[in-house]
Amino acid sequence: MNMSGARMVCEALIAEGVKTVFGYPGGAIMNVYDEIYKQDGFEHILNRHEQAAVHAADGYARATGDVGVAMVTSGPGFTNAVTGLATAYMDSIPMVVISGQVPLSLIGTDGFQEIDAVGISRPCTKHNYLVRELSDLPRILKEAFHIARSGRPGPVLVDIPKDITAQIGEFKYPNSVNIPSYKPTTKGNKRQIDKAVEAILKSKKPLLYIGGGVVLSNASDLVRKLADISGIPAVETLMARGVMGANNPLLQGMLGMHGNYSSNMAMSETDLIISLGARFDDRVTGKLSEFAKYADIIHVDIDPANISKLVDVDYPIVGDVSIVLEKMIDGLEGKINSDRYSDWRAVLDKYDNLHPLSYEDSDEVIKPQWVIERVGELIGEDAIITSDVGQHQMWTAQHYPFDRPRQWINSGGLGTMGFGFPAAIGAKKGCPNKTVINFTGDGSILMNMQELVTASEYKIAVVNIILNNNFLGMVRQWQSFFYDNRFAETDLSYQPNYKAVAEACGGIGYDVTTKEEFDKALKDAIEQDRVAFINVSVNRFENVLPMVPAGGALYNMILADKAKEK
Amino acid sequence: MADVRRVISILVENESSVLSRVSGLFAGRGYNIETLTVAPIPDTNRSRITIATKGSKRVIEQITKQLHKLIPVYKVVEHEEMVEKELILVKFPIDEKLADIQALCQAYNGGIANVGADMIIGVVTDEPRRVKNFVEATKRYNPIEIVRGGVVAIER
Repeated sequence: MNMSGARMVCEALIAEGVKTVFGYPGGAIMNVYDEIYKQDGFEHILNRHEQAAVHAADGYARATGDVGVAMVTSGPGFTNAVTGLATAYMDSIPMVVISGQVPLSLIGTDGFQEIDAVGISRPCTKHNYLVRELSDLPRILKEAFHIARSGRPGPVLVDIPKDITAQIGEFKYPNSVNIPSYKPTTKGNKRQIDKAVEAILKSKKPLLYIGGGVVLSNASDLVRKLADISGIPAVETLMARGVMGANNPLLQGMLGMHGNYSSNMAMSETDLIISLGARFDDRVTGKLSEFAKYADIIHVDIDPANISKLVDVDYPIVGDVSIVLEKMIDGLEGKINSDRYSDWRAVLDKYDNLHPLSYEDSDEVIKPQWVIERVGELIGEDAIITSDVGQHQMWTAQHYPFDRPRQWINSGGLGTMGFGFPAAIGAKKGCPNKTVINFTGDGSILMNMQELVTASEYKIAVVNIILNNNFLGMVRQWQSFFYDNRFAETDLSYQPNYKAVAEACGGIGYDVTTKEEFDKALKDAIEQDRVAFINVSVNRFENVLPMVPAGGALYNMILADKAKEK
Repeated sequence: MADVRRVISILVENESSVLSRVSGLFAGRGYNIETLTVAPIPDTNRSRITIATKGSKRVIEQITKQLHKLIPVYKVVEHEEMVEKELILVKFPIDEKLADIQALCQAYNGGIANVGADMIIGVVTDEPRRVKNFVEATKRYNPIEIVRGGVVAIER
């Protein structure tokens, strides 16, 4: 069938089962938007900034597991999208971003709104394409979706010159993909898996180190099963919250810079790390030479480059964590019983009793941790929780009772402020029956606040809870701990009227200073079924604890609050 | 970990952006490029990129793994057993002794490539280590310009 390149883009998206596209039109992508106008195979959400469009596609992908799709124009449309691409790249999120480009004849001439999109996005995409021939377009779109979702997932950019979308050609969407140079290893080497099983059977203090790859691979049930049959305790990274379930007795908690005491001590004392889809990030390991000194390491990862990148690995297994775990569980079942590690678990329980994750609540001022726990009590498992980046993100990761994977959505790798609100919009589009709550701070929320308009227009009811301490809190905390209280450019006392802003954009706002007001506001916001800002005044100088100072050993945690209240 | 020198041979899809993907990877991840050569492989749609690099064992391992991850990369060959050759052209003033320069070039598997009205051009193809020695040896003949071609390598 003959059709324009623009129509081909729409047909390809429909063929891929895309339900929602997030984007923003402009000159170079107009042909495609003209075709979007004419079709009803998918819905288009007009975000009010390209960065937000890409974050929304990202949030959609994280909540549903499907490939997120965003569309932007050339030049500034594309450069605005770069932060979104980089955010998804660092967290391995499957996404296809389609950008317009100036016509082929203008490329290289500094044309209006021309920028080298494939050049700029090369380090922050899994792969990217500049379409040079209309006849390549169907294949490229097919490959883009395949590359985005297979192997270690990631964002793929398809940059399409305007004349290509105008040209007419034959459209035949390929049924399959053949990229001879791209064959990800998924199965895992049988002998390596056998050796790993032997190592587990010999170990005395093994530890499951669970990363975001488990979420991406939909392997949570298998991880729970492995823990269940073996009694091996587990720690989760920031990206893996929800995999084990908050009430699982084997879960020690989150490890790393703001991990709890028993998790970090478990990592420091274990004799065998079973790393599942985790990548030994610097925020997890602390000082490398002191990291897990007594441990052999089994490292299961779909990306061979993650293995022995930072830490030498004894049992490397390249493969999809789901497939590898099935074989591993087969090898262990019947040979292991959960009593075997009871001494080891008792040690960890002792550590947890010694320094449990805690905070001092107050009746005079709202503590941010209380807000998070309270939302957990009131809504708990039903909610999808997104966050921005900073103190509120860490408190949420620590204190929210996550019960399932894909319940927790945050920018872990890149640490992108402004991610939470648009990601919440994407998550709500993907899971309309869930309550979606974005925990944010008074710093982060300002970075994509225009999305109030998007959420109002499309009636996407997400609740933003602003844990407002009038500070750029995490940087302030570092200034308190390491810069002798010199609060350089972190005092955010000059504030907008959040309630008024929300209402000016068609949402609903609440100012909250007491616990009672918070309960009322949350209940009302959810009943109103509109986009909401709940502006909660919280303790100004609250710190995220425990904390492993950057570059310090995991077992050297700051436990008690050192910051002097001013 | 001590740095080692390695020659990495990369078989890639011959497409316009592939060289920038490879060189960008080196730049972005802070890997060293000593020399880089690239040319299409006859009768295929593939090219070979040969990079001489230095790094710790861990870094070299990362380089090969990261290269493998690039979608248009078919194959990455990295080991110690490679036959390596490098080409070098040297321009000398015409008043230097032609016979001496010729003898020097011949000692390094080369010869005289061209003699013009005011200059002599010598050419040598040899192992990178010997090419370095050759460069030293040319100094007494007042070389005007030296052009090194970068390493090409093939598995033994």
